[in-house]
Amino acid sequence: MGVEGIGASVARKEDKRFLTGKGRYTDDMSVPGMKYAFFVRSPYAHAKIKSIDMSAAKDMPGVIGILEGKQLQADAIGNIICGWMIHSKDGSPMNMGVWRPLAHETVRYVGDAVAIVVADSLGEARDAAEAVVVDYDVLPAVTEAVKALEAGQPQLHPEAPNNLIFDWQIGDGAATDKAIAEAAHVTEITLRNNRLAPNPMEPRATLGIYDSAEDHYTCYTTSQNPHVARLVMSAFYNVAPENKLRVIAPDVGGGFGSKIYIYPEEIVCLWASKKTGVPVKWTCDRTEAFLTDAHGRDHVSTVKMAFDKDNRIIGLKVDTIANLGAYMSLFSSAVPTYLYATLLSGQYAIPAIHANVRTVYTNTVPVDAYRGAGRPEATYLLERTMETAARELGVSPAELRRQNFVRTFPYQTPVIMNYDAGDYEASLEAAMASADWNGFAARKAEAARRGKKRGIGMSCYIEACGIAPSAAVGSLGAGVGLWESAEVRVNAVGTIEVMTGSHSHGQGHETTFAQLVADRLGVPIDSVNIVHGDTDKVQMGMGTYGSRSGAVGMSAVVKALDKVEAKAKKIAAHLMEADESDIVIENGELKVAGTDKTLPWFQVALAAYTAHNLPAGMEPGLKEGAFYDPSNFTFPAGCYICEVEVDPETGVTDIIQFVAADDFGNIINPMIVEGQVHGGIAQGIGQALLENVHYDPQNGQLITASYMDYAMPRADDLPSFKLSHQNTPCPSNPLGIKGCGEAGAIGSPPALMNAITDAIGNNSLTMPATPQKVWAALNAAN
Amino acid sequence: MYATNYHRASSVQDAVKLQAGADEGKYLSGGMTLIATMKQRLASPSDLVDLRHIPDLKGISVNGKSVRIGAAVTHFDVASSAELKAVCPAICDLAHHIGDPHVRHMGTIGGSVANNDPAADYPAALLALDAIVVTNARGIKAAEFFTGLFETALEEGEMIVAITFDAPQRAAYAKFRNPASRYAMTGVFVARRDNGDVRVAVTGAGADGVFRHSGMEAALAANWSPDALAGIAVNPSDLMADIHASSEYRANLVKVMAKRAVAAS
Repeated sequence: MGVEGIGASVARKEDKRFLTGKGRYTDDMSVPGMKYAFFVRSPYAHAKIKSIDMSAAKDMPGVIGILEGKQLQADAIGNIICGWMIHSKDGSPMNMGVWRPLAHETVRYVGDAVAIVVADSLGEARDAAEAVVVDYDVLPAVTEAVKALEAGQPQLHPEAPNNLIFDWQIGDGAATDKAIAEAAHVTEITLRNNRLAPNPMEPRATLGIYDSAEDHYTCYTTSQNPHVARLVMSAFYNVAPENKLRVIAPDVGGGFGSKIYIYPEEIVCLWASKKTGVPVKWTCDRTEAFLTDAHGRDHVSTVKMAFDKDNRIIGLKVDTIANLGAYMSLFSSAVPTYLYATLLSGQYAIPAIHANVRTVYTNTVPVDAYRGAGRPEATYLLERTMETAARELGVSPAELRRQNFVRTFPYQTPVIMNYDAGDYEASLEAAMASADWNGFAARKAEAARRGKKRGIGMSCYIEACGIAPSAAVGSLGAGVGLWESAEVRVNAVGTIEVMTGSHSHGQGHETTFAQLVADRLGVPIDSVNIVHGDTDKVQMGMGTYGSRSGAVGMSAVVKALDKVEAKAKKIAAHLMEADESDIVIENGELKVAGTDKTLPWFQVALAAYTAHNLPAGMEPGLKEGAFYDPSNFTFPAGCYICEVEVDPETGVTDIIQFVAADDFGNIINPMIVEGQVHGGIAQGIGQALLENVHYDPQNGQLITASYMDYAMPRADDLPSFKLSHQNTPCPSNPLGIKGCGEAGAIGSPPALMNAITDAIGNNSLTMPATPQKVWAALNAAN
Repeated sequence: MYATNYHRASSVQDAVKLQAGADEGKYLSGGMTLIATMKQRLASPSDLVDLRHIPDLKGISVNGKSVRIGAAVTHFDVASSAELKAVCPAICDLAHHIGDPHVRHMGTIGGSVANNDPAADYPAALLALDAIVVTNARGIKAAEFFTGLFETALEEGEMIVAITFDAPQRAAYAKFRNPASRYAMTGVFVARRDNGDVRVAVTGAGADGVFRHSGMEAALAANWSPDALAGIAVNPSDLMADIHASSEYRANLVKVMAKRAVAAS
């Protein structure tokens, strides 16, 4: 089955419905009696709520109910929590402030939800929401994390003095300081990782349905992990007991992390359905998405990288301030700590590393994981520092990296991670060859004759994904395990359903997971259906984020398939009167090796269900489940090279070429992997060149609240990408897979920024490198 | 969007009457700004009077050098008019680079001109071409028509019927797009007439909307070449500043776009 099995670029099974408008998204769901919700939101970044007057709004046409936070509290609905405990370096637990699903005392960012209006139509709900009179006592606001730590700034939460959530460290401070003191050269740089809005194509939506006859709740929602949503809403938010809450995440149009978290709207719509007696649907518009979807990044870091006289890195010291916004979102604490600082060794053997991270409350929407989540921040920091060091030391950036690569595996870094496999030089060589690195000087000279400034830059990234051994993350503060589950259900006619706890919201699981089954059993992928996204259909699962569905989700499928195959072989051996160990599965048949005896797959399946002739004592049926807990992260790595031409008159950067040489281990579907890399690089180029969330620092208003001001990358902003793979199989999972979903977004920003700073000769440039900034930097440099 | 009453006008007179009879009536052409603003609930006209089906507002006519473009002509129709391209390719090129295909098939020249968005393209063309904005009541020279940001000389109830101008000897438009919205962050339309008159009109940059730059006009009148602009200074203090572009950067763009427009003319 080479055309449909592992390694084949099978066209995505799900695309027919997506491309013909037949996808079924949360907003497409409609149930009898369904009504529409609109949220009353704070227009201020920081204010006390003095009163909420609904009297005029309540009598408006079509209004069914208007509910506020006091009622939510009276019904004992819980506050929203962060699910990962981080302790400060003094041993104290993180200072988590109160996040109410509907604020009734204080609002802390523009868009903070205050009340929900349920009405017959969306227009009527919105009309009534405008008539809800909230009397605010406006307070001063602070939006920048560095500023929020300073004395005399507005204080967001009484639990967090000076807006400090935690002051955390990792690594050996004394050894790092000693290395810096003894260094032949120290490169120092301050870097800002710009704040991004995730912008999935489908905005968030939810439909809450309370069935009073059954005392049962159903929640349709745009989630990357419906089981986690159910767990959190039952265990922590007291919305409903887990057995009385069904969460369905149907087709979901992109997430990039922003749909991991449980937001106020899911909680409030479920609760409001019970309070009002009608199913309640809410779909946010684009500006509401800019205002309320968890943002990404927003770090400011200072770096010191110490080199010995032979240009070997001997120490790395990092001080980071991370903006977590107005409240702690579900995994917000893990992103700038264990998903960030543990990657600060990069591809390099660095004997001493120390990182200090302070996280800060500000009057902005919460910040949490966004494609890459911590690893882009680490990679940007390291790779701009390496490029800067190469320039300062007067050596080739490739040579400086080559000289410091980790070359023996497994390799234990000083910051927790244990790299299992890799060949960093192979990716570097492949990327340099593909980019014709050696021919750059001639191209630069040619561009100069046309009045253009040409630059080239590279980035050697590593990331940790799969996320991750449950016991390990538990010891680091995670509130959940990070395994995955699968159930393989063979029907009586031999067709197969795979229930997976992974969730596809663009990744193509319906194709790749089916390819795995087709490869193992030799059945056509059309006979395999992938079932996901419904807690009533799928056993407990942990969902999709952190590039984990291949490495962890598919590994669970492998374990379940192992059990199915073992039972099928026992049945086949019994039916063909052969020894179980002689049975092989090939091309949809079970064969007795070395003979011409065969049984088609469907016949074995049928035998399992008729149960007329099974081995003694065997249970009927052919259905097996498995849970897979990874023994390590996986470590995708690679080298990206970007070549640009800057127009000195306007500051416009034209990307001439973009080369990505990646190591993703074994690959199931090369076309889907390439699509993931394309999308990741597009987002990385977006971060480096275009995207930036801008709050007015004076009043906390979101200036970039629509596409009029928030610059998303478009097709004509992007070059054709040159991709290649240099794969070292991952030793820790059965398929040898690493993750590929985030790499593009992780590796690309520093390559692009290194190229532009090379072109213009000014290293102080910050992301996004807009034409205005490049023009100004160019003029400052000249 | 708040509820509104929709009317389809059959003639100019009909439109004026419908608008006058409404509480807060608004003329609707392509709706590229008005409808979006209404969806955001930032505008709430009681009545919309749709002008797109009025025969007098349609069509492009070229008579020698004399051009008339009906107010309800879409950007696409301007961009693809062979007649117009033969005498004034610059305005076709400008129309071809407004927004995206959806916008170009819906948006109209009259709507764009009446709205006078400071980042719109057409005002620069009209000012540089010394065009006349023909309304149901009168003809208004472009120089008197555009009075400020989103402000025009149109009286309450007055509607644009057509745009007329004489085709120039040479002209071109060069635009620098806002990276997010892709509206003009600076756009410069240069035109030279048969009598040697030169006009340089700038959109997207001026603090008061579209404006002419007399220094560049004088330099180009003496020598129609990009090099003639080398020594010209653009004063940033008259220009807009926002998160995308400082006034200094816009001043630079005014000069660069002017040079490129002259080179392309």
